[in-house]
Amino acid sequence: MSHNGPMDGITALAGLAASDASLRRFLHGLPGVDEVGARARADVLASRSIKTDSKRQAIDLAISMIDLTTLEGQDTPGKVRALCAKASRPGFGAPPVAAVCVYPDLVPAAVAGVAGTGIKVASVATAFPSGRAALDVKLADVKSAVAAGADEVDMVIDRGAFLSGRYLTVFEEIVAVRASCGDAHLKVILETGELGTLDSVRRASWLAMLAGADFIKTSTGKVAPAATLPVTLVMLEAVRDFAAAGGRRIGVKPAGGIRTAKDAIRYLVLVNETAGEPWLDPAFFRIGASSLLNDLLMQRARMETGRYAGPDYMTVD
Amino acid sequence: MRFEYAPAPESRSVVSLRDCYGLFINGEFVDGNSAFKTISPATEEVLAEVAHAGPEDVDRAVAAARRAYERVWSALPGRERGKYLFRIARIIQERARELAVLETLDNGKPIRESRDVDVPLAAAHFFYHAGWADKLGYAGFGPSPRPLGVAGQVIPWNFPLLMLAWKIAPALACGNTVVLKPAETTPLTALLFAEICQQAGLPPGVVNIVTGDGSTGQALVAHPGIDKVAFTGSTEVGKEIARVCAVSGKRLTLELGGKAANVVFDDAPVDQAVEGIVNGIFFNQGHVCCAGSRLLVQESVAGEVLDALKRRMATLRLGDPLDKNTDVGAINSRAQLDKITELASSGDAEGAQRWSAPCPLPDRGFWFPPTVFTGVSQAHRIAREEIFGPVLSVLTFRTPAEAVEKANNTPYGLSAGVWTEKGSLILWLASRLRAGVVWANTFNRFDPSSPFGGYKESGFGREGGRHGLEAYLDVGGGGDA
Repeated sequence: MSHNGPMDGITALAGLAASDASLRRFLHGLPGVDEVGARARADVLASRSIKTDSKRQAIDLAISMIDLTTLEGQDTPGKVRALCAKASRPGFGAPPVAAVCVYPDLVPAAVAGVAGTGIKVASVATAFPSGRAALDVKLADVKSAVAAGADEVDMVIDRGAFLSGRYLTVFEEIVAVRASCGDAHLKVILETGELGTLDSVRRASWLAMLAGADFIKTSTGKVAPAATLPVTLVMLEAVRDFAAAGGRRIGVKPAGGIRTAKDAIRYLVLVNETAGEPWLDPAFFRIGASSLLNDLLMQRARMETGRYAGPDYMTVD
Repeated sequence: MRFEYAPAPESRSVVSLRDCYGLFINGEFVDGNSAFKTISPATEEVLAEVAHAGPEDVDRAVAAARRAYERVWSALPGRERGKYLFRIARIIQERARELAVLETLDNGKPIRESRDVDVPLAAAHFFYHAGWADKLGYAGFGPSPRPLGVAGQVIPWNFPLLMLAWKIAPALACGNTVVLKPAETTPLTALLFAEICQQAGLPPGVVNIVTGDGSTGQALVAHPGIDKVAFTGSTEVGKEIARVCAVSGKRLTLELGGKAANVVFDDAPVDQAVEGIVNGIFFNQGHVCCAGSRLLVQESVAGEVLDALKRRMATLRLGDPLDKNTDVGAINSRAQLDKITELASSGDAEGAQRWSAPCPLPDRGFWFPPTVFTGVSQAHRIAREEIFGPVLSVLTFRTPAEAVEKANNTPYGLSAGVWTEKGSLILWLASRLRAGVVWANTFNRFDPSSPFGGYKESGFGREGGRHGLEAYLDVGGGGDA
């Protein structure tokens, strides 16, 4: 996928991809993030009270934004088939989720599982979760996932390169993965739990957007802390500012640690009051999760019937 | 996709309003000779009738405070006074929801603020000063500083319970007794606090609360039985009180108006600076003496910051103060709304450009939309006079020296803010700003351990922290604070 006009304009303006130094000048020239202030803002938004009709709306929206995920060593085609069944018919009249997210070798099972449902197949790639492999190995990983039918690729950035200031390495790797994706959408995992500061989160977000990400994603789910509200706030500010500067509209995906309907609704409030309505759409906001779906379903059933159904009434997958 | 928040009102049922309230004198509620109504500024609904204290009522209250001072409170060991204060602090926490709802009803401020700021801070002030009560000998005022006697305290309507806590907690911790007059438009939480004093078993007369208008306040501060006057309110009234006290030998502290500069440099963390600007001027509808009512933004980023500010202001939720999602509540009174409206009109007339957040205003009650004026110069009234409402005046500067010059170019000096990622610039600026509080990369943060007070027409004396104790102690004229 090629960059559009304004995006090229930004890249050219910053003279960006020439060297580590030119990228550093740009990324370190972005406004800083005051950690205390960002946390305070996230706390205020987390205290919003979402009730009745708006809660009902938020639950269904959250369900439709889920990347229903299984990323375990013990995953099998059978497990993925079950996940796909749950993804397309969560039950209780709920809408289907946005995508299922699996390892590359299980993409064929996922493709078969969601055939005809409109649900996307996302695959992690690039030596997920650590990203510690040679570039050609990572690219082969991506190509195999795409060849098997993945609609979306979730790559990890080279955090070692990022933290040691080799921004050009990270940039060029994303560009290369982008090229290997073909028509598949690219989600770039920043692994914010390893970046250390919100300043780094903002810089990594811009780096990924400039290199061609369709989505920026918080975490692999394999590192703690995974998604947090302050980190997601900073990433939403980044996509908002990128679009306002003439860039494309980039999506955001918090992933890992979002387990309850209450958590999910807090993220939607964050989207609503930071990036705004255009991002309240599964095309631009996803939640990477596995157990979250059942809690949303439980809340949904409670709002329909006035009673909580026990866990035995929720399917395990 | 549009995501509207359904109404999420906090329940009023936690509060049991009485039809009428008496004066709290000598540990019990007594009738006054006349009464006035207090309303909810969000709906103009009458909440209750409250007794109006005349000079003879003030007299009784001062006499009760004097008796309690001489017979009980001044002789009580500090650790025993501390126990009462701890008990009051805990009861405030236990009855927090009730206090928050009542404050929001009577004042018009959003429940989120009364719940998350006013009431917890009020409890924190009692906890903090409870800790000082038996340690006054270590506060730097000599081995055994003495209390002053009876304090007459007059407080404003913007933070009714919190200002009560700022006044009563240090006074009691230091061994004084008090007669407090809450503001005419917001007497109800003070009267609920009187119940809390009863519940805590506070000896009668240690705290007395007299409700009324300006004449009650006048009678209180002029009363010969008062040893110490503490006032928070307008500079105009503060000057009048200073005249009264000057000829009487009463100790006096004044916390008055402000016109704080919030200084944003080009390397500021923009998103948090915008939050700080919003919090600085729209927190509590701008009814804050230390509000950041003048935004001084470096010219090179003025456009960017203003765009971000307007985008953020468009998300502010104005409306029912009891709704848990409301960000901006009602203006406290018709009179205050008129004053804000008049000053904002002067901004138009003098050539500044007005922009208001596009939020619909309720039909009933007193409301003013969050508003920003650009193209403001130092000569404009909206840059010099305290508006005490949700109106921000934006000025620009080019160099740090110009920022200091403009920030200090005001008769006030209560607070200031500075936003930059450069630590040395923060320190450079803070040492040159003539303001009692300078916030760095934050605004409107309060803590009982941090002294608060002003320069110039913003008053004198400090409240909070070790320094705040001096206002309630006889330090022999030569304390080392």
